[in-house]
Amino acid sequence: MSDRARLRAFTALCLARLREVYREPEVVFWSFVFPILLSVGLGLAFRNRPPESSPVGVVEGPGAPAVVAALEHASLLKVRTLAEAEAGQALRLGRVDVVVVPGAAPSATTVEYRLDPSRPEAILARSRVDDALQRAAGRQDPLTSREVAVSEPGGRYIDFLIPGIIGMNLMSGGMWGMGFNLVDMRIKRLLKRLLATPLRRADFLGSHMAVRVGFTAIEVGFLLAFGRWAFALPLRGSLLAVLLVATLGALCFSGLGLLVASRATRIETVTGLMNVVMMPMFICSGIFFSADRFPDALQPLIRALPLTALNDGLRAVILEGASLASQSGRLLVLGVWGGLSFAVGLKLFRWN
Amino acid sequence: MSEATANAREATVSVRDLHKSYGAVEAVRGIAFEIRAGECFGLLGPNGAGKTTTIEILEGLIAPTAGGVVVLGRRWGKDDREIRERLGVCLQQTVLSEKLEVGETVALFRSLYREGRRPDEVIAEVGLTEKRGARVGTLSGGQKQRLAVACALVGDPEVLFLDEPTTGLDPQSRRQVWEIVNGFKDRGRTVLLTTHYMDEAEKLCDLLAVIDHGRIIAEGTPRELVRSLGGDHVVEIEVGEDGRGLLGPEVLKDLPALRSVHAEAGRLLLTVTEPHLAIRGLFERLEREGRSLQSLTTRHASLEDVCVALTGRHLRDE
Repeated sequence: MSDRARLRAFTALCLARLREVYREPEVVFWSFVFPILLSVGLGLAFRNRPPESSPVGVVEGPGAPAVVAALEHASLLKVRTLAEAEAGQALRLGRVDVVVVPGAAPSATTVEYRLDPSRPEAILARSRVDDALQRAAGRQDPLTSREVAVSEPGGRYIDFLIPGIIGMNLMSGGMWGMGFNLVDMRIKRLLKRLLATPLRRADFLGSHMAVRVGFTAIEVGFLLAFGRWAFALPLRGSLLAVLLVATLGALCFSGLGLLVASRATRIETVTGLMNVVMMPMFICSGIFFSADRFPDALQPLIRALPLTALNDGLRAVILEGASLASQSGRLLVLGVWGGLSFAVGLKLFRWN
Repeated sequence: MSEATANAREATVSVRDLHKSYGAVEAVRGIAFEIRAGECFGLLGPNGAGKTTTIEILEGLIAPTAGGVVVLGRRWGKDDREIRERLGVCLQQTVLSEKLEVGETVALFRSLYREGRRPDEVIAEVGLTEKRGARVGTLSGGQKQRLAVACALVGDPEVLFLDEPTTGLDPQSRRQVWEIVNGFKDRGRTVLLTTHYMDEAEKLCDLLAVIDHGRIIAEGTPRELVRSLGGDHVVEIEVGEDGRGLLGPEVLKDLPALRSVHAEAGRLLLTVTEPHLAIRGLFERLEREGRSLQSLTTRHASLEDVCVALTGRHLRDE
C-alpha cells in the first residue's frame, strides 16, 4: 500500500474513533464533568478558612465583669459568662476551648484557666486569653512586632489537588479508552472483521492511541483553564511542558490499557484487570494526598508507579515551574512503563 | 494430482486436503475443492459441520493445521495484504460500531482499501440510501446485514466470502441479500458462501459441497445433488400404529419406482421416480398389512432431502 493510501486509512480510522468517542455521552461526563465535580467538592471541603475565634467561658463571680470586659476588647475571642457547673459541662463537650475562673475579689490579681492541654485549639485559646488579660492588667511588651499576611496560590490544597486529578483522569481515560473499547470490539468480532481488510494492525492500534492522546490535550487544557478560572490555580511552568508530560502520561496509560485488553474476551475480565492495575495507584500515587505519607520503605516502589511519576511531574511543572529536563527521571518511568506494556500488549494481542 | 495442480492455476480459490484441529477436536478433516472465476460455490451443512472454520481459513483469519489454500493465485502467510485488497468478507454475526452512521461506516471500510467503489453507489446497491445518515445502532437486523454486505463490497473485491449471510433474517431481507449476491455474480465475480438454508443454496449456488463432521460428503450442482437421491419426488406418509408399532421400512421393499426410504419422526419419506406407480403400490401393501394411512403428501425432492439422506439430520437442527 502506498504511503498516501496508508495515511488515508489511518486518518479515517482516527476520525471514526473520534466520532465514537464524542458520541458517547459517558465520555463527556467522565472526562470533563466528573473531574470538575471532584475538584469543586474537595476544594470546598478542604478550603483555607479565615482564622476562627476561640470560644471562652468565664465563671460567674465577683471578678467576672472585669475579666469579661478585658476579653471583649481582644480579637478572636467569643466570651460567655457561665455558672460553675455549666462551665464544666461546656468544657467537656468542647463548646468552649477554655474556662476562665476569675479571682474571688473584683480586684484580685489571680486567675485560673481550665482546659484540656491535649487539644491544640485549647492551647491557642489559653494563649489568646492570657495575652488579653495580661495586657489589660498593664503588661508592657518590650518588643514591637509587626505581622504580614502571606497566602499565595500554589501552596493551597486545591493547588495540590488539581494536578492529581489531571493525572488520575489521564490514567482512567487511557485505561478505559483503550482497554474497554478493544475488548468490546473483540467481543463484537469487529476486530476480526477489520483483520479481514488490508488494514495494518499497528495502524489500527496507533489510531486508537492517537485519538486518546488528542483527547488528552483537550482534557488537560480544559481542567487547567477551569482551575485557573475557579481557584486561581497558578501555571508556573510552560503550557507546552505540561502538555508534553500529560501526553507521555496518556501514551503510557494507553499502553497499559492495550496490555490489559490484549487477551480478554469478556468485559468482566478486562474490568477486573483494570481495577487491579489502577487501585494501587489510586491509593498510593498521590492524587488526593501526598505519596510522602507512606512509609519510607515503600517509597522506591511508589515512585516507580507510573501515576506517581505523572502526578509528581505535573505538580513540578505546574506549581514549581520545573523544566522538562529536570523531570527526565519521571518521564523515563512513564516511557518505560508505556513502551514495555505496548510492546508486550501488541505481541499478546488477540484479534479473534 | 498433476492434473489437479494444473487446474489450480485457473481456479480463483483452491483448497487442498485442509485440516484444522482445536486440541483433540478435529473441526476440519481433509476438505478439498476448487472455485472458478464467476462461480458461486456453497458450503452446505448442519451447525458444527466445519463450515465457518473452513471459510475463515480461506479468509486468512485462522491458520490451518495442515493443507494448502490458494486464493487468487496467492498463499496466506506471504502476500496477505495483497490478497485482502481483493477480498470482500462478511463474517457470521459481526456487530459494526453502533455510534457511526451508515455512510461513515461504508466510507471507513472504503478507506482501508487501495482501490474501491464509491460508498454512495454501494449503499444504493444494498438499498440503504434512505438510511445513509442513520446510526448503525438504529438499523433493523436485515439492514445491518445489508450494511455488512456493503462493507464487503466497497473494496470492489474479486472474491466475496459470505458466512451464513441470511441467518436470522426475515424473508424480505433474505431476498434482498440474494439479489445483491446475484448482482455481484452477474459482474463475473466469484462467491463462496456457507449456509444451512436449502432455498438459499438452490437460488444462489452453481456448485455445492455438503459438509458434515469436517468432511465433504457430496459435491455437485444443486440439480446433480437432488438427482443423486435417485428420484425427483418425495412421498411422505404417516401410518397409524394400530397398536402394532410403526410401520417398518421392510414392508416397502421392492415398491415400484422406489429409490430410497428414510424414517423420520414417525413418518416415512420415500424418494421415488414416478409417484403414481409408487403410491398405487403403497396402497396395496398397506391394505395387505391391514394398516391405515393417516396422511400422504408428495413434493419435488429438494436439497433438504439430499442433506437428510446424507447426514441423517436436518440442517437447522443442532
